[in-house]
Amino acid sequence: MTQLAYWSTEDMARRAAREIPEGSIVNLGIGMPTQVADFLPEGHAWLHSENGLLGTGPFPAEGEADPNLINAGKQAVTVVKGGSTFDSATSFAMIRGGHVDVAFLGAMQVSARGDIANWAVPGGKVMGIGGAMDLASGCRRVIAMMQHLNKSGEHKLVQVCDYPLTAAGVVTLVITDLGVFEPTGEGFRIVELAPGVSRELAQAATGARLG
Amino acid sequence: MTGRHRSKIVATIAEALAPLTDGMTILVGGFGLSGNPEALMRGVMERGVRDLTMVSNNAGALGRGLGLWLRAGIVRKVICSYIGPNDDVHSRMAAGTLDVEVTPQGTLAERMRAAGAGIPAFYTPTGVGTLVERGKEVKEIGGKRYILEHALHGDVALVRAHTSDQFGNLRFWRTARNFNPVMATAAKLAIVECDNLVANGAIDPDDVHLAGMYTHRIVHIAEHENAFEFTPGRSAR
Repeated sequence: MTQLAYWSTEDMARRAAREIPEGSIVNLGIGMPTQVADFLPEGHAWLHSENGLLGTGPFPAEGEADPNLINAGKQAVTVVKGGSTFDSATSFAMIRGGHVDVAFLGAMQVSARGDIANWAVPGGKVMGIGGAMDLASGCRRVIAMMQHLNKSGEHKLVQVCDYPLTAAGVVTLVITDLGVFEPTGEGFRIVELAPGVSRELAQAATGARLG
Repeated sequence: MTGRHRSKIVATIAEALAPLTDGMTILVGGFGLSGNPEALMRGVMERGVRDLTMVSNNAGALGRGLGLWLRAGIVRKVICSYIGPNDDVHSRMAAGTLDVEVTPQGTLAERMRAAGAGIPAFYTPTGVGTLVERGKEVKEIGGKRYILEHALHGDVALVRAHTSDQFGNLRFWRTARNFNPVMATAAKLAIVECDNLVANGAIDPDDVHLAGMYTHRIVHIAEHENAFEFTPGRSAR
């Protein structure tokens, strides 16, 4: 099966933003989830960066970037009014302590049980864990964002992950280029399909039963 | 008799790093290239110590920062949370000349917080059901599973601060704070590289980020490279 793209990453980010209640604390993972910020109205939510920032603002204007004000993806950012900075131990205590309402994480595989794998490919170089395991196991709600199939056309929504896990049974929603899916334990429930995506097409692209 | 906190200001990097010896565990502040004690890191290479265990979130990047320690062959073991595409680590891991321990970032921070706070070990939910659990005690508390992780002590911490007073009360700048304060608490000897050195009293007591009891040697370095790991503004919105 070839790569599918019914929703662009921008469409996915726009859809993901709708999952964020006003006045919540949100951590946007490195990569695709970072784009979700583009679709949040100003003042809607407080963005947490695990390197020690609450109130992460937009990327700075040219010439105004500070190398010592970065997000967890090591991109220069700004801080909004009301923002705060803190050390790494405090930042992860916030995460582990359940004070972050929702995390959006990129993923390599998500299973029907809500397991997530996003840090290592079997047989590949170990790139490290970073904050992924803390975020996945500590945040109150975990939403995965990923392409529905990998670059080789293999399933990423699967019955059981065969990549090393980041955390077990934590993902409550998966947003892909084909739609929005909820792990049910048995398979995935279709919450929404992107325009032009049939139930049959989504099922063929999924390694577990769609309900 | 004088205590450890009588006089801490030293004039040179070489003097600051004089207590270092081979085989030490050195905690190095920074998140990637942000908040690095740049002059102290260079100074360790000139100091000529080796067989170091280096504890740092990222182990350098792009052949810069701690990548230079790896290239100089003075590191025996790295404890970090994220390597990324850093070939200074990957090539040495593959050749079997470097021992690498990868730990979740929050666990890395908490292990050093625990060390500084007199907690020998703690149970954490992070990593349960993953490879991180391997070889560790797992305990069920209140129906949930937790992993026992141990405190991580350093012989020396290399710390970057924005401002220090004469006693070594520190303030940090924005996200350059990261692992710096917790590393200072976890080491027997905390060496501080500060951008600004001020008189005692110049920092209001309510504005001190790290109390001077945790710091031991202070060297004032006004100029820093403060490198960007990624070109800023590329995807500005």
